Amino acid sequence: MAIKGAGRVKTPVLRIDNLVKSFDGSVVLNDISLTIGEGEVVVIIGPSGCGKSTLLRCVNGLEPVDSGEIYLRDARIDGQKKNLHLVRQKIGMVFQSYDLFPHMDVMDNLLLGPMRALGRTKQDATAEAEAALKRVGLSDKAHALPRQLSGGQKQRVAIVRATLMHPDILLLDEITAALDPEMVREVLSVVLDLAKDGMTMAIVTHEMRFAEAVADRILFMDGGSIVEEGKPKAFFASPETARARKFLNTFTYEELREGIPT
Amino acid sequence: MDWGFINRYTPMYVEAAGLTLRIAAAGIALSFVIGALCCLARYFRVPVLRQITGAYIQLARNTPLLVQLFFLYFGLPKIGVRLSSEGCAVMGLAFLGGAYMAEAFRSGLDAVEKTQVEAGECLGLTNAQNIRYVLFPQALATSIPAICANVIFLIKETSVFSAVALADLMYVAKDLIGMYYKTDEALLMLVIAYLTILLPISALGSWLERRLRYAGFGYQRSV
Amino acid sequence: MQGLGISVLFKGNNFLRLLGGLGVTLELSLVSIVLSIIFGMAFGLLMTLKNPVIRGFCRIYLETVRIVPQMVLLFLCYFGLAKAFNLQISGEAAAVAVFTFWGAGEMGDLVRGALTSIPRHQLESSAALGLTKKQTYRYVLIPQTLRRLIPQSINLATRMVKTTSLVMLIGIVEVLKVGQQIIEAARYDVPTAAIWIYGVVFALYFFICWPISLLASRLERKWQ
Repeated sequence: MAIKGAGRVKTPVLRIDNLVKSFDGSVVLNDISLTIGEGEVVVIIGPSGCGKSTLLRCVNGLEPVDSGEIYLRDARIDGQKKNLHLVRQKIGMVFQSYDLFPHMDVMDNLLLGPMRALGRTKQDATAEAEAALKRVGLSDKAHALPRQLSGGQKQRVAIVRATLMHPDILLLDEITAALDPEMVREVLSVVLDLAKDGMTMAIVTHEMRFAEAVADRILFMDGGSIVEEGKPKAFFASPETARARKFLNTFTYEELREGIPT
Repeated sequence: MDWGFINRYTPMYVEAAGLTLRIAAAGIALSFVIGALCCLARYFRVPVLRQITGAYIQLARNTPLLVQLFFLYFGLPKIGVRLSSEGCAVMGLAFLGGAYMAEAFRSGLDAVEKTQVEAGECLGLTNAQNIRYVLFPQALATSIPAICANVIFLIKETSVFSAVALADLMYVAKDLIGMYYKTDEALLMLVIAYLTILLPISALGSWLERRLRYAGFGYQRSV
Repeated sequence: MQGLGISVLFKGNNFLRLLGGLGVTLELSLVSIVLSIIFGMAFGLLMTLKNPVIRGFCRIYLETVRIVPQMVLLFLCYFGLAKAFNLQISGEAAAVAVFTFWGAGEMGDLVRGALTSIPRHQLESSAALGLTKKQTYRYVLIPQTLRRLIPQSINLATRMVKTTSLVMLIGIVEVLKVGQQIIEAARYDVPTAAIWIYGVVFALYFFICWPISLLASRLERKWQ
């Protein structure tokens, strides 16, 4: 994994410069700067409300930003821009709540983007979608409706839907937060496969072990800023900042039981 | 019961029912268009238009159709706008129905999760594509019960058209009662005529509603 | 004198007459609404019973008032009953009877809806808290039922006010009919009276129904 990230930062897929975003006067993203290179997997962790999901939403133009600039390769992403949909075609995004279209079956969910947004033929797009479904083990569900699927199956379909657009970067926003542990595994293994195939990704997650396994780089956010940044092994073994140490420690119940302050 | 009388005057009722249905169809079709436009103006918060449609919806929903018709039919000619009885009836029904349809459509749009629209946006669909493939089909499915209820309500409202000199079912019934004093027969045919129109529509409405409720998004459509 | 159309409103006691007509409209509405609430409550409770025969009758009654236009009901009552039972009923009595017949059905369905909408676990959690049956009704069931019921019945009331405009067609002299009479009387003096008078009637209805609907939607939002 460590070898994989080397030398890739030279051609950034995504560049964020001095991003500031506030809701009703309270700052949620405070001067964020970040570059993600080709094939790099960046995992963003941090406590609830630290701004990590908002960051992903800003990248996709779902939230207007106060100041700062976001570039996807050379194209500036600007919430107001008329051609936002063209940029978005190159950014895949998967949400916690799956957000499959409930009125379409799995195949129609997968075909909507390639056919309507990219203008590909049905035959062509269907062949690719079938192959992709097979890879995630859902060939038999092509004509099921979303409500007939389990949470893990829905989320796998949502990931396939995003990857079929052949995005430059994939944004995953807490995609396992609503799933049972068993389903978490099947979804995360799909993401690990994508990483192996060299997909550039920005992932927001609460699964620390998964973060360690998939990331080329970890970003720890708190209070709207990137507090710490590092290689996964080093970060999880010995975080540098007190804030990150405290965050990672939150999860040991022994300390709670013994009354040791965290 | 004077069956001979009923036999003789059935064609009059059929004709009147035809007139009622034609006007209802035109008025309801227009109310769909008005409702859709108003609803879009409000859903997408188009400035100015949004306030105007808001005022229109309140005006139309809080006044009786009969008063609206009197204003159109007897009032407007005084400032040079002269409409036929049919024109008035269609306009009045569309004015009233547009407001009700706008509300029905809007409740459908509001029921579509905001994240659905975001998911469409993330696929890089244009706004028009997002409305066409993501927002509209889901909104329509949710608002079908309200739309059906509105259609039935509007057809029932047509029963006041006789007030603007339209020879509709009420008009014919009143005529027969006045002229021949055949009250029982006239009223029986009146009720049968309305039931013949409304029962199938009501049944269709509850069938659609049941289908949507039990099957969820059970219908198939291809992209 | 061919004055400005609006002048007709202030000629003699025209405006007062119009308001008098409005009084008739409101009186008919109010009586029908009160009766509908009373009978509607009873009908609603009846509809929650499990007895299939009672349920069947309730269903038929409800579907009848839903599907037959109020105008047709008025005709049936005013012309039909008069002949069938040979009893001459006044327009007002026919109107109140019809609107109550209709309103009680609609109100009953609202009551039934509100009663059955309370989830079972509300009852179970009240029981779990050790509330008595009386306390459960007093603090849990009735407040929740009313919160659902009140906005909807206010909406029904505005519908009933609007529907009373129909009674002019069976000869009751209410606000619209008074307006028509004023226009007739002023036909030569103020030929444009119609647009003004009907405009005023339109406004009168609006300013009665609009605040009531606003109240209903405000309550609905507040109690959701």
